[in-house]
Amino acid sequence: MWRRVAVYGPSLSVRLAIAGFHEKGIMSRRLHARRLEGIDKNIWVEFTQLAADYKAVNLGQGFPDFSPPSFIQEAFCNALTGGFRMHQYTRAFGHPNLVKILAKFFSRIVGREIDPMEDILVSVGAYQALFCTFQALVDEGDEVIIVEPFFDCYQPMVMMAGGMPVYVPLKPREGRGPALTSADWVLSPEELASKFTSRTKAIVINTPNNPLGKVYQWEELQVIADLCIKHDVICISDEVYEWLTYDGAKHVKIASLPGMWERTVTIGSAGKTFSATGWKVGWAIGSGHIMKHLKTVHQNSVYHCATAAQEAISVGFQREYDVFGTEDSYFHQLPITLHEKRKRLADCLKSVGLKPILPQGGYFMIADISNINVDLNDPTTKEEPYDYRFVKWLIKEKGLATIPVSAFYSPEHRDQFQKYIRFCFVKEDSTLQAAENILKQWSENK
Amino acid sequence: MHPIHLLRIVSSVRRLLQTNRCRSFSSCQHNMASIKHKNARRIEGLDKNVWVAFTSVAADPSIVNLGQGYPDIPPPSYVKEGLAQAAMVDRLNQYTRGFGHPTLVKALSKVYGKVYDRQLDPFKEILVTVGGYGSLFSTMQALVEEGDEVIIIEPFFDCYVPMVKMAGAKPVLIPLRLKSTATTGISSADWVLDQEELASKFNSKTKAIIINTPNNPIGKIFSRSELQAIADLCIKHDTLCFSDEVYEWLIYKGHEHVKIATLPGMWDRTITVGSAGKTFSVTGWKLGWSIGPEHLIRHLQTVMQNSLYTCPTPLQEAVGRGLLRDFELMGQPDCYFSALALELEGKRDRMAAMLAQTGMTPVVPEGGYFMIVDVTALNQDLTHMGDDEPYDYKFVKWMIKEKKLAAIPVTAFVGEDSVKQFEKYIRLCFIKQESTLDAAEAILKNWNKG
Repeated sequence: MWRRVAVYGPSLSVRLAIAGFHEKGIMSRRLHARRLEGIDKNIWVEFTQLAADYKAVNLGQGFPDFSPPSFIQEAFCNALTGGFRMHQYTRAFGHPNLVKILAKFFSRIVGREIDPMEDILVSVGAYQALFCTFQALVDEGDEVIIVEPFFDCYQPMVMMAGGMPVYVPLKPREGRGPALTSADWVLSPEELASKFTSRTKAIVINTPNNPLGKVYQWEELQVIADLCIKHDVICISDEVYEWLTYDGAKHVKIASLPGMWERTVTIGSAGKTFSATGWKVGWAIGSGHIMKHLKTVHQNSVYHCATAAQEAISVGFQREYDVFGTEDSYFHQLPITLHEKRKRLADCLKSVGLKPILPQGGYFMIADISNINVDLNDPTTKEEPYDYRFVKWLIKEKGLATIPVSAFYSPEHRDQFQKYIRFCFVKEDSTLQAAENILKQWSENK
Repeated sequence: MHPIHLLRIVSSVRRLLQTNRCRSFSSCQHNMASIKHKNARRIEGLDKNVWVAFTSVAADPSIVNLGQGYPDIPPPSYVKEGLAQAAMVDRLNQYTRGFGHPTLVKALSKVYGKVYDRQLDPFKEILVTVGGYGSLFSTMQALVEEGDEVIIIEPFFDCYVPMVKMAGAKPVLIPLRLKSTATTGISSADWVLDQEELASKFNSKTKAIIINTPNNPIGKIFSRSELQAIADLCIKHDTLCFSDEVYEWLIYKGHEHVKIATLPGMWDRTITVGSAGKTFSVTGWKLGWSIGPEHLIRHLQTVMQNSLYTCPTPLQEAVGRGLLRDFELMGQPDCYFSALALELEGKRDRMAAMLAQTGMTPVVPEGGYFMIVDVTALNQDLTHMGDDEPYDYKFVKWMIKEKKLAAIPVTAFVGEDSVKQFEKYIRLCFIKQESTLDAAEAILKNWNKG
């Protein structure tokens, strides 16, 4: 205990002592490991509970409320009746059928031979692939650049690995009028370059981006790639929404740029690919010399992923491989369906005075709420950022659930981005209709 | 600024001043690449794994595989049907509650509420994880760190040591010791801890002790008095107890599974791990759970929300429904928990007999689905295989090649200091269908015929 006081200074030791006394009189020293400090809060736990409590029309958390395609559901049912092996452990780093088809599928896209056994790790959702990546590669004192706004788990994962997050914001392009689409939000190359130091271990990018929906263009990725190569930094590329691009935007894999394969970990998700988020199957793909470290984390944390779901996904990918680029392809049909829903939601938001930023890709749309004046007279949310308060008010008073965008910003910059809320439009038409009704009624009553 | 950030800046500046980082990029490019792409320190030395060495064997159909621990018998049909039905419901193909699907945690609280004879809060005292393995990981990451010591009893399920090391702590090992000098009729109950030795392992740095009952690989079920001795030390030294009870339902006649968390003073300091895979013979579903007091479980939940967030939904729904079905039948012969144990007892006895007739000395387990066997009496000369590996590793490799029978070397489950004590033992798994056991029996009957 006193050794810890000397190292961490008095204020932390007082906190530790208080924590010790609060814990049921056992363990006079602190119970939880230091790696958990500051990462116990979680926006999803709070907001999904609230949406459920108020039975709100849920455009908050990112999951479809329609079913996965029938071919994938059939594949799952077939897997379940496919003999005893489907219910027992499979290969720890990925079910053979799945890694083989993933290698085949993505080799064609990336333009290089991907080794199914060496270059791929299957994980429990893309979330666990991210966790393995940070745990494998980030040490105490390493810096990790995170582009804001970011999927909220990157920051606590970097912290839990002992790393230091360094933030660089996407910002509306200057001098071009109002930033109406996600394409108008860009990185400043000079600002980005200034964030790279000799301690930088990795940069995390997410394209298409959650929550903004930005789809990075080749030139933008080239700027990032140049810096990665110059500073010998690893690129972690979260591409879970890779099939969902609109208005002709093209998804580009940074791993396919020259010099990038050997330093990039690309993360993908079956849940987002096949609209089955509850199956929790994801993967990391990269050069074997990096992937082996992710495998070490995986074998010492969960070791195996569920077999039947992996088998079903492999069947789904085989089917998509065969019909790739044709009208039958789910990867072709889903973005077309979502394109319409995206437009519909954007029009509705505009009609009630909200200012949406049209996303080029992904599941989400953010809208500027600064024009809306409501009396957020809720004493329980007084200390919270404006968008948190607004979202809670919208859930409780109007029965519509969204997510506050400042949750996707660093603690340092949260204050500057309190006027946006995030909507998920990957919903049944009836859900979008219900949301529209709420918004129209609210607008009429103002 | 958060104190953690301040600490990290201080330590990284200190490291920067200490290291000889090359400032000129071009000349150091190659060196920089090898430094930067190196793994994080936490996984240093944790890449090797006994299963990687031996599971490729499973792919060869000519080998009778009694190695890795998974059933080749089918799971109960109502469990498989439950999953098929769940997958048909739209909502059940999407994200569920992060710390555990409501149907499942409520079912767990019912089943274990009865077993523990206490009210269990499904949302605060239960966490669903990716297998028992995931529960162990969440527990270590949540509660163990650099400076801590964790006591582990040998032989141990092999992941305990690397998980303790990955959490930055020091594993402190203590072996079970065979107290009998008989050459036949040995049971797992004959393997015990030396009480003075156990007490000597506890000190002010001891954060936790890990126990596994029924034990893998020996199959020992710790008796109430043995658990009381451990509990007394935990209370005296104010340590936590991580109790891996994944085989809790596989208890053979005449024995009782006791939960250390139910002993006085232990609930508040114990995390108990369970497994759907072992309970319902569905290891490939990878679902498990941790049960304990809120003030401990909430830290495991923090790890969960920052590592994989949520487990698959339809699988959780199916396990929940399966548990509720068997909850109604608890205590009756129809209940899968006890029916499986009855089925396995016959296989256990059969396996022990077939091993004994070759001259090997099996250790008959009180629980679980593994059996270890002493191969000393066979006097198998393996000097031609060199001496860079313990005897049991050589024996298993020889047995796979010469006898087409696969097992696992028991020294994979012990530390270096205990290798000599265990290197004449191999582990066999008997949760196999009769045809697999028939094939094994044929090999064993012909053993001495070379």
